[in-house]
Amino acid sequence: MAGGGNVVATWLNTWGFPPWLNSLLTGIIYLVGVLAFIFLNVIYLIYLERKVSAYMQQRLGPNRVGPRGLLQSVADALKLLGKEDIVPRHVDKWVFLVAPIAIFIPAVLLYAVIPFGRGLIAADLNIGVLYFLAVSSTTTIAILMGGWAANNKYALLGAMRAVAQMVSYEIPLVFSILGVVMLVGSLKTTDIVAAQEDVWFIFWQPVAFLIFFIAANAEVNRGPFDLVEGEQEIIAGPYVEYTAMRYALFFLSEYANLVSVSALAVTLFLGGWQGPWLPSWLWFIIKLYIMILLFMWVRWTFPRIRIDHLLKLNWKFLLPLSLVNILVTGVGIKVYQWLSPGRW
Amino acid sequence: MKASAQLATEEIILNMGPQHPSTHGVYRAVLTLDGETVVGVQNVLGYLHRGLEKLAEDRTYTQFIPYTDRLDYLAAMLNNLGYVQAVEKLMDIQVPERAEYLRVIMAELSRIASHYVMVASMALDLSGWTAWFPPFRDREKILDLFEMACGSRLTLSYMRIGGVAADIPPEFVPALQRFLQELPRGLEEINGLATGNEIFQARCRGVGKIDLETALAYGLTGPNLRACGLPFDLRKVRPYGIYDRFEFEVPTLDNGDAYDRFVIRLLEIEQSAKIIAQALRDLPEGPVLAKVPRVIKPPEGEVYHQIEGAKGILGFYVVSDGSPKPYRLHIHSPSFVNLGAFPVMAAGGTVQDAVATLASIDIVLGEVDR
Repeated sequence: MAGGGNVVATWLNTWGFPPWLNSLLTGIIYLVGVLAFIFLNVIYLIYLERKVSAYMQQRLGPNRVGPRGLLQSVADALKLLGKEDIVPRHVDKWVFLVAPIAIFIPAVLLYAVIPFGRGLIAADLNIGVLYFLAVSSTTTIAILMGGWAANNKYALLGAMRAVAQMVSYEIPLVFSILGVVMLVGSLKTTDIVAAQEDVWFIFWQPVAFLIFFIAANAEVNRGPFDLVEGEQEIIAGPYVEYTAMRYALFFLSEYANLVSVSALAVTLFLGGWQGPWLPSWLWFIIKLYIMILLFMWVRWTFPRIRIDHLLKLNWKFLLPLSLVNILVTGVGIKVYQWLSPGRW
Repeated sequence: MKASAQLATEEIILNMGPQHPSTHGVYRAVLTLDGETVVGVQNVLGYLHRGLEKLAEDRTYTQFIPYTDRLDYLAAMLNNLGYVQAVEKLMDIQVPERAEYLRVIMAELSRIASHYVMVASMALDLSGWTAWFPPFRDREKILDLFEMACGSRLTLSYMRIGGVAADIPPEFVPALQRFLQELPRGLEEINGLATGNEIFQARCRGVGKIDLETALAYGLTGPNLRACGLPFDLRKVRPYGIYDRFEFEVPTLDNGDAYDRFVIRLLEIEQSAKIIAQALRDLPEGPVLAKVPRVIKPPEGEVYHQIEGAKGILGFYVVSDGSPKPYRLHIHSPSFVNLGAFPVMAAGGTVQDAVATLASIDIVLGEVDR
């Protein structure tokens, strides 16, 4: 059963408001919900990341603030809120100030098309996947803004790396998703989830999932593809001049992007909210966190890749592989149609 | 269209350091960059200069021992050893057997500890965060051993002119044996996390390459030279102390790149462990300090003594005018010499390669600037 109707909208209808108020309230409820989801997730994810890395490195990780260090991230966030917001004199002021906001907005907008559970979707666009990719690609511009405006050579190097990396890895990312889209015949995220009721697409498209995972890792700038930050070489790259809450916004959107890209992976390849017994949203959260843990595992295992190897991997390996995957998928679909007429 | 075809690009100068996560201290490299490619490197030193050589002229011979800890602070025992052996050579002091064996054990432990730091920090400089921990965890055990022997963990000052400061406590030997037993497991972990990792290999192979001729011309010594294929190790070539009694190999590798410089450290750790095991087996009973005069007054004259430090040849040149203080003391430090070859190694690579190369040379700024 696909979609199942929009839960929030249905619930609001029972109150008998005029339609315009209904849609306004729906929008507000979803925005608040998504923001709460992002903030709670990010606060907890930072803690989780530190605990996971600690576990892998035979350390304890945060364990002082709150029980088992659970409030560590809260304390960190409060500290960042209380710090002075320094704008260095040599920066391009307006671009510098706008960049952290410009990176955070798309990070929030992405959640509009994620089906969190049965009927739990803010905007069920018929171009859902395309919307996701288009909005997420604007992150590059924000990072470039930050790196350029900081007027710092390390920031500039980082910004240039960001552009080279994120623009090129977008291509295999899109192509890997195409395989799934071809199977479903729709760009609507709810349709994609509905199509996976019997078999998850990771089993039909294992290669596409692999390409998606690698490219997504590069898109969200996480290790081994964290060249943009490149702490050991360019210190913090585009974020080097930022302080306080503006720095936190970059940090926040990085983790928000990690969650959204994992959510997209769950939607496309792991059957979305589909699953027996448990409520649909819980299935979604479980799968989401499995994806996130996978990302963390990779990050804390591998060293950072070099910039020329990074681009070589993309253009000479991932891109041809994703093209072959599309070809094989297309041929497969045609053969399937030929073998079983009437079902299509 | 025409304008973009003639778009001019300029080289930029990037100031890497003195405060930078990958310069391993207060060292500054002025990089000339063409995009991400390093065109030229200029070494800028002296941020940690403390004038140790001048200070030595106003300290007695014994008082200078703690200063040597501050040279290569990751291998303090080796600096102690080099200095006291130089003075002993000048005064012709016979060191008791037990002290000689203890010195070898401590020196090799120091070498292992220093190599562990190199292995860990090089992995970290390539962003292999997790690979940092196994070597540092094992180094911690060595520091515990040092603490047992001399009460301090980093600045040890364990050696004395004529022997060592104190005998080892009874719990030292079992702890050392346990450490030697656990050592191969730790090395295996490092091999799994760093050496055998595809990305790590891609980052290191062929990076910061230097051939044997150039290496010799720049005076490279120690593991960096042995990674170029020359089996030159003072412990074998010109044995000092009692090193001629031990059986060990001098591992060499051929490529002279960052990867070989990394791997050779792991191989040398194994050899050092072999030496320690032999020294532990043969450790005789007896005094640990020779009968030396209360005030050390070497006869007039000069001496140059060099040992195989963790980073290369560590030399002490001592001139005595017969007074209780050295007339002149000069330290030939391997890190300083090895750093001289950094511009040649780093040129032509990317910024990331330069970081990997610097880590693979393994410099300690306390020794570079003295």
